[in-house]
Amino acid sequence: MKICVCIKQVPASNKIETDEKTGVLKRAGTESKMNPYDLFAIETALRLKEKFGKDNCKVTAVTMGPMQAKSVIREAFMMGVDEGYLLSDRAFAGADVLATSYTLSQGMKKIGGFDLYICGKQTTDGDTAQVGPELSEHLNIPHASWVRSIDNADERGIEVTVELAEVTQKIRMNYPCLITTEKDIFQPRLPSYRRKLATEDREVRVLTLSDMPDNNEDHYGMSGSPTKVEKIYTPKDDKSRVVIEGDSDHAAGEITKALYARKFI
Amino acid sequence: MLKINAAKCDLCGICKDVCPFGAIDIKKDKVEIGDGCRLCSACIKKCPKGAIEKAEEEEKEEPRINKDEWEGILVIAECTGGKAHGVTFELLGEARKLSNVTGHNVICAAIGCGILETAEEIAHFGADRVIAIDSPELSKFRADIYTNVLEELIKEIKPSTVLIGATAQGRSLAPNIACRFKTGLTADCTSLEMKENTDLVQIRPAFGGNIMARILTTNTRPQFATVRYKVMDKAKRTDEKSCKVETFSPSKGALHSGIEILSSSFSKEELSISDAEIIVVGGRGVKNAKDYEMIKELATLLGGQYAGTRPMIEAGIVHYKRQIGLSGRTVRPKLIITCGVSGAIQFTAAMNASEYIIAINKDPDAPIMKIANMAVVGDIYEIIPKMIDRIKRGVS
Repeated sequence: MKICVCIKQVPASNKIETDEKTGVLKRAGTESKMNPYDLFAIETALRLKEKFGKDNCKVTAVTMGPMQAKSVIREAFMMGVDEGYLLSDRAFAGADVLATSYTLSQGMKKIGGFDLYICGKQTTDGDTAQVGPELSEHLNIPHASWVRSIDNADERGIEVTVELAEVTQKIRMNYPCLITTEKDIFQPRLPSYRRKLATEDREVRVLTLSDMPDNNEDHYGMSGSPTKVEKIYTPKDDKSRVVIEGDSDHAAGEITKALYARKFI
Repeated sequence: MLKINAAKCDLCGICKDVCPFGAIDIKKDKVEIGDGCRLCSACIKKCPKGAIEKAEEEEKEEPRINKDEWEGILVIAECTGGKAHGVTFELLGEARKLSNVTGHNVICAAIGCGILETAEEIAHFGADRVIAIDSPELSKFRADIYTNVLEELIKEIKPSTVLIGATAQGRSLAPNIACRFKTGLTADCTSLEMKENTDLVQIRPAFGGNIMARILTTNTRPQFATVRYKVMDKAKRTDEKSCKVETFSPSKGALHSGIEILSSSFSKEELSISDAEIIVVGGRGVKNAKDYEMIKELATLLGGQYAGTRPMIEAGIVHYKRQIGLSGRTVRPKLIITCGVSGAIQFTAAMNASEYIIAINKDPDAPIMKIANMAVVGDIYEIIPKMIDRIKRGVS
């Protein structure tokens, strides 16, 4: 049983402030962390490994990003992941969803393919929730998004519960297949110091463009991305408004007055 | 990729300061642009020397397609439990506005089993064509075969734009189908514009910050976008149907799925803050679950729903189904009262279509105060109990 978990390094804070006078964007710090939703994906893989037995199951973490993204693979090692790959090349930079998922799929093919692919539901920086399903399409395998629980897993396939807002589905897919996990599917374990020491020498393997089965640069990064960001801007505020200041009695009075006036009470 | 013209650059460091991604480094004798660069162009605009430019290569890129071969806007109707999801009618309303620019058709495809009646109803909402894909295999959503049948339909009608609701189902389906056509998909758009050359301007909050991005898919077709529920205006229902319902039969092979549905049920506790008319929402200013009780009490007194921001959900104080934000629900109530919410774009983008916004916050400069109709500067811990007291006593 080979399980692949896709993870991503994201900015530790997603706070961006804008200088009101110049409209210039300011990002608070450049620290990064593992995408919090990926912790649930890793935990799901590790639970499955416990179920299958550690000699029968290998968990591999794959990420794409600059060299410093190795640190999220290290963190995955500290949680119990067996091996890790970083897909990194200048040619991969500026990738949108299609190019990102294509790069990942090429990496997976290079590594040799897996039975089960697990992604977090989305990232906190892009918030698209699209890379997982697009990856499944590139790999030509079925996927289930928004998996809330793993109901059963055997040698041939997996049964999961999927939350589609109005409908809850229980489904079965045979391997290979891909799932994206909801937050709280399992409580993610903390990275362990013991495993940190034990995995210090473990290599994070790096795959570059030249390692990929398809090494046509045009299919990757900016040039492989059909979407282009035309412009980034700060939203305008154009609503008329009243400002209430003063003590809390006055404020509470003004609010309730407005609620009565507008027939909310 | 960006290029620095070393002859013009005086290493002033402004580019480094304005880069929202921390991708620029000022070395001793040159500026280095790292892998974090997302080509947002912020540095290009702010460089006083005009020393940064986008590399030529992307300028000369030829369109890979003939845009004239692709025409019209296809709306995918999400049909669950014998009726179309509300977002369908919003997509139809938006598609009509967009199509007014190009004069092309609005086409709606309904996929499911026993959905002919649903399709007939959709035909009252102004589409030029309504196409039903009706088959027992399609009775429950399965991303793989829904993608297959849509692929066949899209190849036949060749729409320039495909709009899909950004629901749980839509956000599973859209990436699959967009990827099959090796084309662009923009998630969770909050606003759309159409250019005369049929390029769709897809607008969404970006990079997890207080910024909006305008995104284009200029060289591939169709252009796919998922659109937030409760953001666009619904199409008006007319007594007359605007077209006859057509049917489309997918091939046998398209209906072979790798997903077996063991059971399917309507989710219990269909709590939907999306449909609430009055919402009281607590943000980071509410310190803990116990204090959150006053938010609940106020919401209940007003006959509304209570909700929370992302930090409140992450702290386990509020259930995720009550999260307002881009990673939660979009709401458009008649009244929303935000309590101790600062107003990050991920939040405001999901609620700023509300009819009347009252914001209570200590910080008069918080972003939420700028979009509020009534911005109340003060402490929620003092104001809310006093409001509750007044409402209970029936005085203003």
